[in-house]
Amino acid sequence: MNFKLKDLGPQLITVIAVVLIFGFFTYNAQINMENRGIDFGYGFLSQESSFDVQFSLIEYDGSHSYFRAYLVGLLNTILVSVIGIIIATVLGVIVGIARLSPNFLINKFAAYYVEFFRNIPLLLQIFFWYFAALRALPLPQDAEAIFGVFFLTIKGLYVPAFIWQNLNIFLYSIIAAVITIVIIRIHAKKVQENQGKQIPVFYISLGLIFILPLLSFLIGGVSLSFEVPALKQLATTSFIYEGGVSLPPELIALTLSLSLYTATFIAECVRAGIQGVGKGQKEAAASIGLTPNQVLKLVIMPQALRIIIPPTTNQYLNLTKNSSLAAAIAYPDLVLVFAGTALMQTGKAIEIVSITMFTYLSLSISISILMNWYNKKIAIQEK
Amino acid sequence: MMNKINFLKPDKSNLNTFLYLGSFLFFISIFDVFLNSFFKVNLIGFLPNFLSFIMPLILGFIGLYFIRIEYSGIKNLDKINKHINTNNYNAILSLLIIFTVIKSIPPILSWFLIDASFAGDSKDVCSGSGACWTYIKVWMRRFMYGMYPNAEQWRINLSFIALALLGSVGYFATERFKKYLTLYYVVIYPFIAFLFIFFFISGGPVFFDFSYGIIAAILSIIIGFFVPSKFKFYYFLIVPLALYILLKYFIFFEEYIELGKLEGLNWVETGAWGGLSLTFIISFFCLIFCFPIGMAFALGRRSSFPLIRYISIGFIEFWRGVPLITVLFMSAVMFPMFLPADFFIDKLVRCIIAISLFEAAYVAEVIRGGLQALPRGQYEAARSLGMGYWKMHIFVILPQALKLVIPGIANTFLALVKDTPLIFVVGLLEIVGMLNLAKTNPEWLGFAMEGYVFAAIIFWIICYAMSKYSYNLEQKYKTDR
Repeated sequence: MNFKLKDLGPQLITVIAVVLIFGFFTYNAQINMENRGIDFGYGFLSQESSFDVQFSLIEYDGSHSYFRAYLVGLLNTILVSVIGIIIATVLGVIVGIARLSPNFLINKFAAYYVEFFRNIPLLLQIFFWYFAALRALPLPQDAEAIFGVFFLTIKGLYVPAFIWQNLNIFLYSIIAAVITIVIIRIHAKKVQENQGKQIPVFYISLGLIFILPLLSFLIGGVSLSFEVPALKQLATTSFIYEGGVSLPPELIALTLSLSLYTATFIAECVRAGIQGVGKGQKEAAASIGLTPNQVLKLVIMPQALRIIIPPTTNQYLNLTKNSSLAAAIAYPDLVLVFAGTALMQTGKAIEIVSITMFTYLSLSISISILMNWYNKKIAIQEK
Repeated sequence: MMNKINFLKPDKSNLNTFLYLGSFLFFISIFDVFLNSFFKVNLIGFLPNFLSFIMPLILGFIGLYFIRIEYSGIKNLDKINKHINTNNYNAILSLLIIFTVIKSIPPILSWFLIDASFAGDSKDVCSGSGACWTYIKVWMRRFMYGMYPNAEQWRINLSFIALALLGSVGYFATERFKKYLTLYYVVIYPFIAFLFIFFFISGGPVFFDFSYGIIAAILSIIIGFFVPSKFKFYYFLIVPLALYILLKYFIFFEEYIELGKLEGLNWVETGAWGGLSLTFIISFFCLIFCFPIGMAFALGRRSSFPLIRYISIGFIEFWRGVPLITVLFMSAVMFPMFLPADFFIDKLVRCIIAISLFEAAYVAEVIRGGLQALPRGQYEAARSLGMGYWKMHIFVILPQALKLVIPGIANTFLALVKDTPLIFVVGLLEIVGMLNLAKTNPEWLGFAMEGYVFAAIIFWIICYAMSKYSYNLEQKYKTDR
């Protein structure tokens, strides 16, 4: 160990400074809490919360504990993030590829989209969708059905609910299909490596994923019916839809703005990734007789993905963190339910803010671990 | 007919026939959509509903198919074919985009301008279907200055104009003064800006702490000339602060200093600041503070001292992992608990500290990217010239690394500007917050759309200008390796 006394000085100063600052803070916090008669502790989590939440994925009302309220908020945050990430990725990839289109109009259209949505604060976009655009929607009684079953009203989007018979058999069939596809994929790869033959994996997979669930309908006794939302009159002028699934306008505004905003950044990542693949690669691939689709799928995308994934991970993280803006339009996410209502009721500022921050930290870290794993998987395996 | 079209292969031999027929069909399709959207005239209304809806697309598609003639020898035609008409798929997409644009122009135009109301100063003039810009006009002062008293708003204007003029000094500096520009922008200009905002926008009896600070600074600079250069770094790290504390708590007492107690302008509390001017103030200070802090942590993260490195990593990863809104929550409800009971920090200052620390973590990661991108040879060359750590970083490494990361830093600053509306969490209302307040005013209900569009335009202009400026900077400082 090459320990140097000289190096100790600066490190010691830094550590002492950090310790002093933290010590100062904790000392003050202790005195302040003593003065105000607050005791520190996480015991409140099991107490009855006695407040209600508008929209929750799990059963919840005022008689449940604060911990349950925390879970409600966390699940709502995760819901928004997952939907947002999926839409933003699809939209971002499309726009990113469109930006490289040789078609002048498509190219410009995508460029304007990116420049427009990227330069407006996300909070403003959320407010715009929630307070201006979605408020212009019709009242429930005036809403026209989209395809006869969807109702987009000022009170939210109503979609038909699925009513399954023997749902588990259907799920097993999907799982079976996925497992078969994975096996065929591995087999196809082996065949290609050993004999150079290509098996049309894509079409086989497509067939499997449709046919097996279909079989479960025909033989397995699975049946599906829809519950279409129906208009119901509460009072003379007050109508709601009953039945089906209702998505609150907060959720719609939030996912819409989050995905439109993040998609612009993902589009830029995709564009940079595809442009980052050397021109020679494309030309070489074309010159050995691959079709344009094959060039994109077999040569460009695998290389571009390596450039695309790390910045896209950052965008996923940003989206997850930005979902906390939900508090501004009263969508009951973690910040609103826990750091808002629960904090107001209990007054446990330090505990609640620290739990909230810790939760976001763990969410961020788990996403980055997941994406790092994927990134490592597709990275160049140097021999 | 279909069969025939499939059989027809447009080529150069009967170029004119195809060209005239194709362009005719293409233009008639656009003309139909145009009439439909601008004058509500439907040329092909006699057809069944669905067919008349899709007809322009079919006509345009056939037209584009006819004019897709390779190597026609006509320059413009080749250009069109190359850009919007490479194959059937692209042709349909191009047509769809053209139609969407034509369709969306009239409603947007009529909402924005034709049906909009500009005149008057009450809600009554806004009866049309268009936008009510009167609303923006009436509330303009609130959107720009927040709750700042009307009679005092010239102070904000004056400060901003003065700061803008002082900020543009760089353009007029002659060759002789160019080398001092960095010093000016990094140290002097922020200090002047701070003085302006402190004395002018905030106003009130001038803070006496300042006089101690100024005396301490002047004294320590004068003594500083006699300190050997070897200790100068440590001297300036310790002595000014020590002098300040000494002056304030041991030598002078507050009642003796009348120097600072000038009754000048009326005091305006920070709670009344707001609107776009607050956006500027917050972005400006956060921008100034987050840069050096971020740079320090970037260097700390690459330090060879493990303890400093781990502290830096912890700091950076902590701030990067949490959303800004929770940081602001922390500054609002948790931070006062960490301070002595009689110690009060203004809401705005707490906000600026929180945003600066948050953005500093992002700046640190961007700068670290630049530091890592520099080839090892630069470090080794600097060391071999006998440079120490600070000399090496200040004169060799950082200038190059910062040049490399101009786009990244610009993006972080853009994110900072776009994050400022979040300060509504602590009850400060900049422009978006003011909009939400104005929206709930019972006399002006129902104009949310106008307000958000107005704010969106302002933010868009600011952010777009910043990104273009950063692009110019990037081009200017680009050095080939």
